[in-house]
Amino acid sequence: MFAFTMRRLAVAIPTILLLIVISFILMFAAPGGPFNAERPLPPAVLANIEAKYGLDQPYWKQITDYIYNIVVHFDFGPSFKYRDRSVSDIIAQGFPVTLKYGFWAFVVAVISGVSLGIAAAVKHNSWLDYLAVGISIGAQSLPNFVMAPLLVIVFTLWLGWLPGGGWNGGQWQYVVLPVIALSTSYMASIARITRSSMLEVLNAGYIRTARAKGLPTSRIIFRHALKPALLPVLSYIGPAFVLMITGSVLVDVYFSTGGIGYYFVNAAFNRDYSVMMGITILMGVLTILFNLIVDLLYAWIDPKIRY
Amino acid sequence: MKKTIALSSTAVTALVLSASMAFAAGTHPVTGEALADDQTFTYATIDDSPSFDPGLVEDVEGSAVTRDLFEGLMMQDREGNVIPAVATGYEVSEDKLTYTFTLRPEAMWSDGTPVTANDFVFAWQRAANPETASPYAWFIELMSIEGASEIIAGEADPSTLGVSAPDDHTLVVTLTNPLPYFPQMVTHTTTFPVPQHVVEAHGDQWMRPENFVGNGAYVMTEYNPQEKLVRTKSDTYWDAENVIIETVNRVIINDENQALNRWIAGEIDKTETVPAGQFSSLSEEYPGEVYSVPELCSYYYNVNVRDDAPEWAKDVRVRQALSLAIDRDIITEFVLGAGQTPAYTFTPGATAGFDVPEVPAAAMTQAERNEAAMALMAEAGYGADNPLSVEILYNTSEAHKSVAIAISQMWKQTLGIDTTLGNMEWQTFLEARGNGQFEISRAGWCGDYNEASTFLDLMDSESGYNDAGYNNPAVDELLAAAKTMEDPSANYTEIEHIIAEDMPIIPIYHYASAFLMDESVKGWPFDNVQNNWQSSLLYKVAE
Repeated sequence: MFAFTMRRLAVAIPTILLLIVISFILMFAAPGGPFNAERPLPPAVLANIEAKYGLDQPYWKQITDYIYNIVVHFDFGPSFKYRDRSVSDIIAQGFPVTLKYGFWAFVVAVISGVSLGIAAAVKHNSWLDYLAVGISIGAQSLPNFVMAPLLVIVFTLWLGWLPGGGWNGGQWQYVVLPVIALSTSYMASIARITRSSMLEVLNAGYIRTARAKGLPTSRIIFRHALKPALLPVLSYIGPAFVLMITGSVLVDVYFSTGGIGYYFVNAAFNRDYSVMMGITILMGVLTILFNLIVDLLYAWIDPKIRY
Repeated sequence: MKKTIALSSTAVTALVLSASMAFAAGTHPVTGEALADDQTFTYATIDDSPSFDPGLVEDVEGSAVTRDLFEGLMMQDREGNVIPAVATGYEVSEDKLTYTFTLRPEAMWSDGTPVTANDFVFAWQRAANPETASPYAWFIELMSIEGASEIIAGEADPSTLGVSAPDDHTLVVTLTNPLPYFPQMVTHTTTFPVPQHVVEAHGDQWMRPENFVGNGAYVMTEYNPQEKLVRTKSDTYWDAENVIIETVNRVIINDENQALNRWIAGEIDKTETVPAGQFSSLSEEYPGEVYSVPELCSYYYNVNVRDDAPEWAKDVRVRQALSLAIDRDIITEFVLGAGQTPAYTFTPGATAGFDVPEVPAAAMTQAERNEAAMALMAEAGYGADNPLSVEILYNTSEAHKSVAIAISQMWKQTLGIDTTLGNMEWQTFLEARGNGQFEISRAGWCGDYNEASTFLDLMDSESGYNDAGYNNPAVDELLAAAKTMEDPSANYTEIEHIIAEDMPIIPIYHYASAFLMDESVKGWPFDNVQNNWQSSLLYKVAE
């Protein structure tokens, strides 16, 4: 297991380097630049700005300088758009925000999704099953850009219970709506995966044996069926967790949280190269890390899997 | 004798006391309106700003923050008149090349140090310095300050800039050519002072709330990028006693419908926009709280008139016909419907010292214009047997698309033209337009200062903003001559006439800015055509 972990971490390094190089190429292939605007800058002014950010250097030098600064100084460079902020500043400010609402959205999605899925599978073809399937299809087909305004209309305008946006240091009132808006579609997917995988397990021979032994249903489900049924769920929630904690542009835009989900998408529109790269690397590293954690969890859940 | 003096001084004390009493009891010192107990103003903007540093600030909403945090030599009042700020006044030399500003001694930085002429010298040199890499360095050049161009080009040291401080309260500026609107230009944020001692101590982090020092009516106390910025009233501001709003919150709401929801919920006092198509319904629902103010901005189409452009685009008759066939009233009233005005000239009529010239198209009815357009197209050889196809290029946006669809319909109905609509993502669009890879492209331009040249300079064949590729030596000459004229308005009128004849650009409408503002907020500078506001002008009345 230790050797496996080390091997995976060793492979991660060239993977991230490759990610950096490919992202750089894609970035420079896109037309425009960070300092283009409706009103183009006079050439002398533009030249001064490009010199300040090293954009006057050849591409290979920009890539090698960039990698060198990360490896040696752990410096991801300045933002090209937000003049007095570095990429590290932006991530340090925005990541805790998305981490907070993303984490709680994850908890909500997993608990409610798994419960719904189990309930639907156990009471297969009953009203509970139809209700659970109905909820999950509804939640899945109601995209969060519809969900978010609906939540605001109900909870802010009609009931007046919760603020319609803002973050205020992450007070709970400000976190509730982002969590609901972000979790519903993940919850729906988790519920569907849990249901179908649970149904499959419940039809397996060893469950029939357990029933024949006269074990109580609750014991069969939680002791014998749940762990194997969660394997496909696990492979889904690993990457989903990364997506959730790195935020959603929609939640950031709609609820004005100041999270990094907003920056990731808008850095691309603004051609804010360094911010785009910084968040790409962050997501890349987290994805590799959580895929590894999921793989290790597999071995724990399923004794047949060994590394 | 003695007694009378004593008496009058008591009277003065009583007066002062009653004035301050009145203020404390919550009435406006001038209008007498009852003031709200909570003087917190919260407004929303669509996006955050790249910087609030006077040397670097580049966007409209960022400049509004900078005007609260810093104060320049002169400022604008509610009507947009230039009035003294840090400077109490100025003198101009005979040849109009030297301006001498006198600074008020009571002006203070928020850390208690006095604002000196040297802070201005430092700020202006810093803005021009290539190392600062300011996107607004060109403004220093535009002000015609001696040495600016050479410094920006990296050919001279920033210390050679034509600005000096003979003493702490005197600032002398030397220009390369007379600029009649120079005092107007020193109300611009790029000319605001920066505290040399703080900038040198904290480098590029001096604008962080924990390091911040300013000389404006407010200080920055909290800033979470893309969420909110809080500024609170400064005690050290020289005119603090006339500042009524205590706290100003700027919140970022990227979605304009969400901003509307939060305004309805009472979370914010003012929005930046009114969602497209909702202006009239909201005006009915919230009378007195939906505003539309004209802006010094024009929306227009460039027609590519470069040598490699398609044949039709180089035919002035076709360009004329395209312009004539656009029913601008339909666009402003039904497509946009938020106070925009039809444009037949490039420069908006609200621009100071600019009388809108009577171009022929403006005086016709739409039926007459359509008829003239059809005649011109026939003359140019286009018609049912030889239909013309054109392409309009715009950056991806619902509003631009609606305008383009309406115009393509008008061209189809009146002239039988087939129009293709092409949209591109913003950066890709800018590159294509700048390189002249288009037939017709959408454009918008806002004045940097309140004078017609801020628009008409675009028509200069050498201008970097001349995306149409227009080249007319007569226009170039008129523009060059206008720079040094006492009253250049005749030249501006003539240029507008030439543009209206040559039609390298098709003016469509002049922008208006529509927004929602709670009725308790008073003092908004509606009469300032540049819409330059600062929180010190505002106050909230008791509801």
